[in-house]
Amino acid sequence: MNKGTLKQILLITDGCSNQGEDPAAVATLAYQQGVTVNVIGILEDQQSEQPEGLEEVEEIAMSGGGVSQIVYAKSLSQTVQMVTKQAMTQTLQGVVNQELQQILGAKQEMEDLPPEKRGEIMEVVEDLGETCDLEVLVLVDTSASMHNKLPTVQDSLFDLSLSLNARMGKNRFSIYTFPGKRKEMDKIMDWTPKLDSISSVFPKLTSGGITPTGPALREAMQQFTKKRSLRNLIGREDTDVEESGY
Amino acid sequence: MWKSQGINLSPGTVIKGKWHYRSYTIVKKLGSGAMGTVYLATDHGQSVAIKFGHNSSSITTEVNVLRTLQKVQDHKLGPSLLDVDDWVLKDGSQVSFYVMEYLKGKELNRFVQEHGFEWVGILAIQLLEDLEHLHQFGWVFGDLKTDNLLVTFPPARLRWLDVGGTTQVGRAIKEYTEFYDRGYWGMGSRKADPQYDLFAFAMVILQIEYPSRFERGSHPERTLFMKVKQANNLAPYQDILRKALRSEYNSAAEMKDEVTSMLLASPTQRTRNTRAARKQKPSVQPSRKKPPATVPSSSSSKSAQRWEIVGIVMTVCLFYMMYVVMQWI
Repeated sequence: MNKGTLKQILLITDGCSNQGEDPAAVATLAYQQGVTVNVIGILEDQQSEQPEGLEEVEEIAMSGGGVSQIVYAKSLSQTVQMVTKQAMTQTLQGVVNQELQQILGAKQEMEDLPPEKRGEIMEVVEDLGETCDLEVLVLVDTSASMHNKLPTVQDSLFDLSLSLNARMGKNRFSIYTFPGKRKEMDKIMDWTPKLDSISSVFPKLTSGGITPTGPALREAMQQFTKKRSLRNLIGREDTDVEESGY
Repeated sequence: MWKSQGINLSPGTVIKGKWHYRSYTIVKKLGSGAMGTVYLATDHGQSVAIKFGHNSSSITTEVNVLRTLQKVQDHKLGPSLLDVDDWVLKDGSQVSFYVMEYLKGKELNRFVQEHGFEWVGILAIQLLEDLEHLHQFGWVFGDLKTDNLLVTFPPARLRWLDVGGTTQVGRAIKEYTEFYDRGYWGMGSRKADPQYDLFAFAMVILQIEYPSRFERGSHPERTLFMKVKQANNLAPYQDILRKALRSEYNSAAEMKDEVTSMLLASPTQRTRNTRAARKQKPSVQPSRKKPPATVPSSSSSKSAQRWEIVGIVMTVCLFYMMYVVMQWI
């Protein structure tokens, strides 16, 4: 199996979209283009119950073939790296499952094999996860309510780069925020292998109530498709990756 | 498919494997973590521990690690693996699990509180020896933390409980806990190397002094070394801890040698230290500013107290006899 580049969008938000097209639809489209969409919903520290709007988080991730998680700001760092890694495993497992189906016939997945056989397959998945190249586009919601959470987001992105750069494969990160000043989203940091210099990347914030998640996701997806022809994709058109709720 | 975020089983539930047909009766829940839930169960009257995974891939990964560890000959590193299987629930969904040897013992912190700080070094030597074997074999423990360690007694032996974070040298650490993580403290990368484990182990020792742990603050490195300096009960180990935290040891064996020579070299100083520590009245909140060391323990060992009384009585008797002899002369 040739090693390709995994493409992910990581959306960090604290509420539901209220402008533009349905983000779940865009996520579905992105997934069909080979880009996985992961979503992290941030809760206020005192919030005990899940507020409305955050169910959208799961919906987007399910549509985007990714992983979603709702967390308190203080445990963001570990969640960001966990979600990214889980999504990688999930995608790779989807690819491996598809290969298995070709070898063993339809409807054969890893879970249909006895535990002894699964071990060997899991080793392949792990090897791929360690060595494949990864591109993560981080899309941060900077609407007014996110204001006091941004320092934590910044820490957690630095932590993400620390975790992923411990792998053997190459990484590239870029950061965008939405809503943008004039466009759907603003570029904060262009593709870079390390996120060391993010200490001042979240500048003045655009306040205001609009959260155009859908349009921003579409823009984000286009950042990948722009240079798609240059890259070696892991081919997977209609994989039925398990949509497990982590 | 595996929506079982937290599996909840009542005592008496019988778990039957789909592939190997062995059945286990649930006794009680032992704990749960990010990757799964562990239950105590019986298999034909014998106690075993069963780990149910939140998803089948994490169980498969851990089983792979346990299998690998069993290849490290003549050295028991993790708990022995007994069975791997799937359990089909009534609604048709299935949960992956594995069965391992049930280790019964005390938490590291409780053991040290009850038996004294002199055990720290002895247990450290054991663990460092195990780590050296693992590293030689090309693996790193990864998620080394107090919750993953257990002291079986007697004879006192420090054992590993959860090997889910075990990673091949040179790869990215699979699982970690922030407080014990080198990357979190800004003291190095998250790449699996022997020094990663030694850092985590130094944190394990350090948290014996600070059971409620501490925040990293805005200057993580400074906080860390200040806490080392203030750890009175760990005074003899401070230099070793500092070296481990700075990744200055080339191997677990090197660290082990230093602990060993420290334990052998200055017995008087060490005993004074540990004795002093044990004589302190137990306090709930360990205050670190005041000079006398406080043990954050609930009780000190009864046998130790008895020995002290015997010692004091003997000393008084000796002085009295000397006095009597002096009178004669």
